[in-house]
Amino acid sequence: MSFFKKIKEKLTGTSESVSVSEKFKDGLSKTRNQFTSKVNDLVAKYRKVDEDFFEELEDLLLQADVGFETVVELMDLLRFEVQRKNIKDTAGIQSVISEKLVEIYESGDNSSNELLVQDAGLTVILFVGVNGVGKTTTIGKLAHRLKGQGRKVMLAAGDTFRAGAIDQLQVWGDRVGVEVIKQSEGSDPAAVMYDAVRAAKNRGVDVLICDTAGRLQNKVNLMNELQKVHRVIEREVPGAPHEVLLALDATTGQNALIQAQSFKEATNVTGIVLTKLDGTAKGGIVLAIRNKLKIPVKFVGLGEKMDDLQPFDTDKYVYGLFADGLEQEDKNELN
Amino acid sequence: MAFEGLAERLQGTIQRIKGKGKVSEADVKEMMRDVRRALIEADVNLKVVKDFVKVVSERAVGVDVMKSLTPGQQVIKIVKEELTVLMGGEQSPIQFAKKPPTVIMMVGLQGAGKTTTTGKLANILRKKYNRNPLLVAADIYRPAAIQQLQTIGKQLSLPVFSLGTDVSPVEIVRQALEQSKVDHNDVVIIDTAGRLHIDEKLMQELKDIRALKEPDEVFLVVDAMTGQDAVNVAQSFDETVGITGVVLTKLDGDTRGGAALSIRSIAQKPIKFVGMGEKMDALEPFHPERMASRILGMGDMMSLIEKAQANVDEEKAKELEEKFRTQSFTFDDFIDQMNQVKQMGPLEDIIKMLPGAGKIKGLENAKVDEKQMGRVEAIIYAMTPQEKTTPDIINSSRKKRIAKGSGTSIQDVNRLLKQFEDMKKMMKQMTNMQQKGKKKMKMPGLNSLFK
Repeated sequence: MSFFKKIKEKLTGTSESVSVSEKFKDGLSKTRNQFTSKVNDLVAKYRKVDEDFFEELEDLLLQADVGFETVVELMDLLRFEVQRKNIKDTAGIQSVISEKLVEIYESGDNSSNELLVQDAGLTVILFVGVNGVGKTTTIGKLAHRLKGQGRKVMLAAGDTFRAGAIDQLQVWGDRVGVEVIKQSEGSDPAAVMYDAVRAAKNRGVDVLICDTAGRLQNKVNLMNELQKVHRVIEREVPGAPHEVLLALDATTGQNALIQAQSFKEATNVTGIVLTKLDGTAKGGIVLAIRNKLKIPVKFVGLGEKMDDLQPFDTDKYVYGLFADGLEQEDKNELN
Repeated sequence: MAFEGLAERLQGTIQRIKGKGKVSEADVKEMMRDVRRALIEADVNLKVVKDFVKVVSERAVGVDVMKSLTPGQQVIKIVKEELTVLMGGEQSPIQFAKKPPTVIMMVGLQGAGKTTTTGKLANILRKKYNRNPLLVAADIYRPAAIQQLQTIGKQLSLPVFSLGTDVSPVEIVRQALEQSKVDHNDVVIIDTAGRLHIDEKLMQELKDIRALKEPDEVFLVVDAMTGQDAVNVAQSFDETVGITGVVLTKLDGDTRGGAALSIRSIAQKPIKFVGMGEKMDALEPFHPERMASRILGMGDMMSLIEKAQANVDEEKAKELEEKFRTQSFTFDDFIDQMNQVKQMGPLEDIIKMLPGAGKIKGLENAKVDEKQMGRVEAIIYAMTPQEKTTPDIINSSRKKRIAKGSGTSIQDVNRLLKQFEDMKKMMKQMTNMQQKGKKKMKMPGLNSLFK
């Protein structure tokens, strides 16, 4: 069974997943159109799979911020596969490309894309990341999502540094209709977390989502502060935080890898939310992050509305990037 | 997992070339592969990289590299020169309107740092240019964006114009411009909402604001960490709104910042400021050369100098200089100086900042001998006050006593005395040189600390 069929089956298996994939496709359409049209151009331009073809494909991926090392690795895999399967012309190569991309992304690591929410008791989710990546907005969207699943959600305004950050989270809290635990600007974020965890326990909250101030990963003091926040949560709720989500701006280039590494060292990041994927940026660096640091992407942000947060699905992500190409291949095969 | 800089990348190739008599065209080609990779890993847009490599190759294949004794260095030099040229050009200050108010629009993607930069810019305009700016809260979309600007305004004691979130940004700006005339604000800075460059509706809104009164500056605020997409962003904003300059934010992070080069060469607009921190005075003018070094990962001499400046007591430094000149430098001063250097942090970190430190043979693993520093300290502390000021009186029996007192050997004492003499000589030469007009920061005596 060819790759696209597997994906199609997955996507059309239930009606719900279709609508989700439509949404995903919508948000990614700009990205995808640009990318797949390029892939199609490429396929049309080079009928044969030769060095020129590989070179142009390489350029295409580099421009998606996939990064030098990963691209080189992918090209090696592809060359090998093309030789092994004796692929001569470019029709049909798309599925091989996407298969290999998924392979690199997962690379034998089976950590889940799913958000870990405890069946019973309090689940604490900590958000971390550099400045301006969309932590607070994502928290609002995630709160909406979890509330929609019938859970009792509470937010902790741990960004006591940036002007207006507490107000921003409060607006989201009001919008979604969940309680926000906050102190005044400039107070100790660890103290806010302590309060919030206590309040969450007392009020029988299912999920506590903690906001933190954006910080550049090379600021040692601020990273120490984050560790302290982490420690306080850990002490108050054994096993918490159950998820530490790194918000990552899809427009970020190769520095994202260093971000992921530093935040992982400080707070043991368990997943990534790839934000602002509704722009033209592709966020290709997540491939390298998963491959090297074993941190999976759990959600993608596709806009500023409350329901613009979607769970990440590797196949769908790749499908989103290659949809047009795959559909074309589908027709060809039927003929 | 930081990426290797260009200098390290070129190491291998240079090593191979070193053994050969000549540098072939193939060698240059190989070096250019390293250059290409270094630039891509620094997030320079691929198209820009390609054009750049072509230009540099043409120059490198020419005479200067082939005849050069150190081709690697020569290539790096050419690369850096070209990069600086591409990025630099004239440093244009802010354009002010002939007839006030001067209107400055801040535009960019979400989360680039527009609101923070608006505050910083207003702060500079008031402090350095003696202006009276009005901040306009035109971001009605992001929750609490207005509060953010108001908080910043309060911090800086600057007026913020806002009409809440129910009035259209165009109307807000229109009324703000009128207000500025009433209040005699000679600069109006408009903080617009972050938007995607492909969001037609919101891009139209920027055009409409622009149409109210031709702004004197439209600054595109760009996150220094932006990857390949920087080119699309700059191009779209320039085409639809028309930008006059760029502010690169979050440069106090550890990103290489290749986006700067991409934007510069695609949009052909100058980078006017860089954001270096979250404090309100952390906005600095752009330095093309520093940026070139940074993109290439070549060590940052300027940061080193700044670090030194931050830690070295200005008064003490002047005193010391005077002592150099008058040759009245003593062992007490020597200790003082050593302590100042120590304050700058672990010496290994400082050495890493020196450009080309990785290239100097033996230095890559030459751990600075902090123990040696301790020994030097011990020897000096074992001297009498008189010996410290006039080391000439130290004879062999004094040497014996000093060695015993400091737990070192006579040879160690001798070595230090000789170094001290050499240093004094060197200082004399240096101070003479400086007086001829060469102003350079020197750290004499550091040499003696390397094994």
